[in-house]
Amino acid sequence: MKFVCLPCDSQMTFDERAVGEGTFTASFRCPSCGRGVAMLANPWETQMVSSLGVKIGGSTLDADGPMPVTGAFLDAGGAPGRVRWTADALGRLDRVPSFVRGMVKRIYAEWAHDRAIEEITPAVMDEARTDLGLEGM
Amino acid sequence: MGPSGRLPTYREIAGPDLSGIGAQVAAQHARVTARLAGVRYVVAVASGKGGVGKSFVTARLGEALAAAGLTVGILDADVNGPTIPRLTGAARPVLRVAGGVVEPFVTAAGVRVFSAEFLVAPGEPVRWHAPQGDAFVWRGTLEAQALREMLSDVAWGVLDVLLVDLPPGPGRLEDLSDLVPGLAGVLAVTIPSGEALDAVRRALALSRERGTRLLGIVENLTGHRCPSCGHEHAAFPGDAGAQLSAEFAVPILGRLPIDPPEQVVRDLGRAVWARLEHP
Repeated sequence: MKFVCLPCDSQMTFDERAVGEGTFTASFRCPSCGRGVAMLANPWETQMVSSLGVKIGGSTLDADGPMPVTGAFLDAGGAPGRVRWTADALGRLDRVPSFVRGMVKRIYAEWAHDRAIEEITPAVMDEARTDLGLEGM
Repeated sequence: MGPSGRLPTYREIAGPDLSGIGAQVAAQHARVTARLAGVRYVVAVASGKGGVGKSFVTARLGEALAAAGLTVGILDADVNGPTIPRLTGAARPVLRVAGGVVEPFVTAAGVRVFSAEFLVAPGEPVRWHAPQGDAFVWRGTLEAQALREMLSDVAWGVLDVLLVDLPPGPGRLEDLSDLVPGLAGVLAVTIPSGEALDAVRRALALSRERGTRLLGIVENLTGHRCPSCGHEHAAFPGDAGAQLSAEFAVPILGRLPIDPPEQVVRDLGRAVWARLEHP
């Protein structure tokens, strides 16, 4: 993929990328005049690129850890919706490798749900981890 | 319109491709090759038909090869119906990442196992996130990517044999052939029936067409051995194994009755290893 600034007849360079709500935006800038353009991909275009495990603007394989495509798209089973997560608990969950995060989240949520615990905090996670023998999660 | 009075074409712009999609895909392939550099033989266990016992044969074969002193891995490539963990006794592991790759589970028989079952909650079907509920559009691509990542991102280490238990149908075999150009061969599993004959024939024809070596045929579920008199009663009418062997000029490497004796499985392991070692 190449972007050209037509008034300058110069190839634009990759500037930055943003991801959100199932879509991505990539911006490019003209090295001559500084003009910037942004490419806004719709969900289908985003999915098409992501499903191939590639990124617009280039990528290095090791940046996302192991199994980035499988981790991003495999539904590990979700989690019972009645359980709330505190920001601290979600922050800790973010440290779990992405390809098993969904499964781990479900395990914690089911454990909490079975005990009528409505909110998962880091303390609840510690208790569940000890109870379930999930050291390292 | 540019200064030249017309829009430039891709090849007229001498600068680099900003995304390098082709290079990214090539890097993915290179990562598979690098991860499997320590694996002597990658063997596809395939069949055109479901329900012939591919996973059972894979699991028992892996254990037989390990019992013979070989280092063995099993990749459960049946993403939608993984059964290798149960067949090998691979309990749901706490997956660990070391050096940027996932550690496989090591069974009591010493076989290194990885399966998509490790990634989903117990009893949950495999579902893929996709926009607007159109997962059917992407499922094939995502399953192929999962196969690639299970090859490239699992710490297979140094192995004599990596058995890849494929799902029914020829699609994943083509994917595997593309991802692993050095594929040592295909082990075709069939049952004796005529229905299996037709389906497995198609898979073998595809393998031959792609230039993938056919190692041989395993005829599974040949019959039930009477525990009293030792006589084997046929489970299905037909002789698919013999017909496929003659048609494709490949040997039958094993005939496994229901609940095969250990010696029969070990003989299968020896036959497969001999075929690998003597092309």
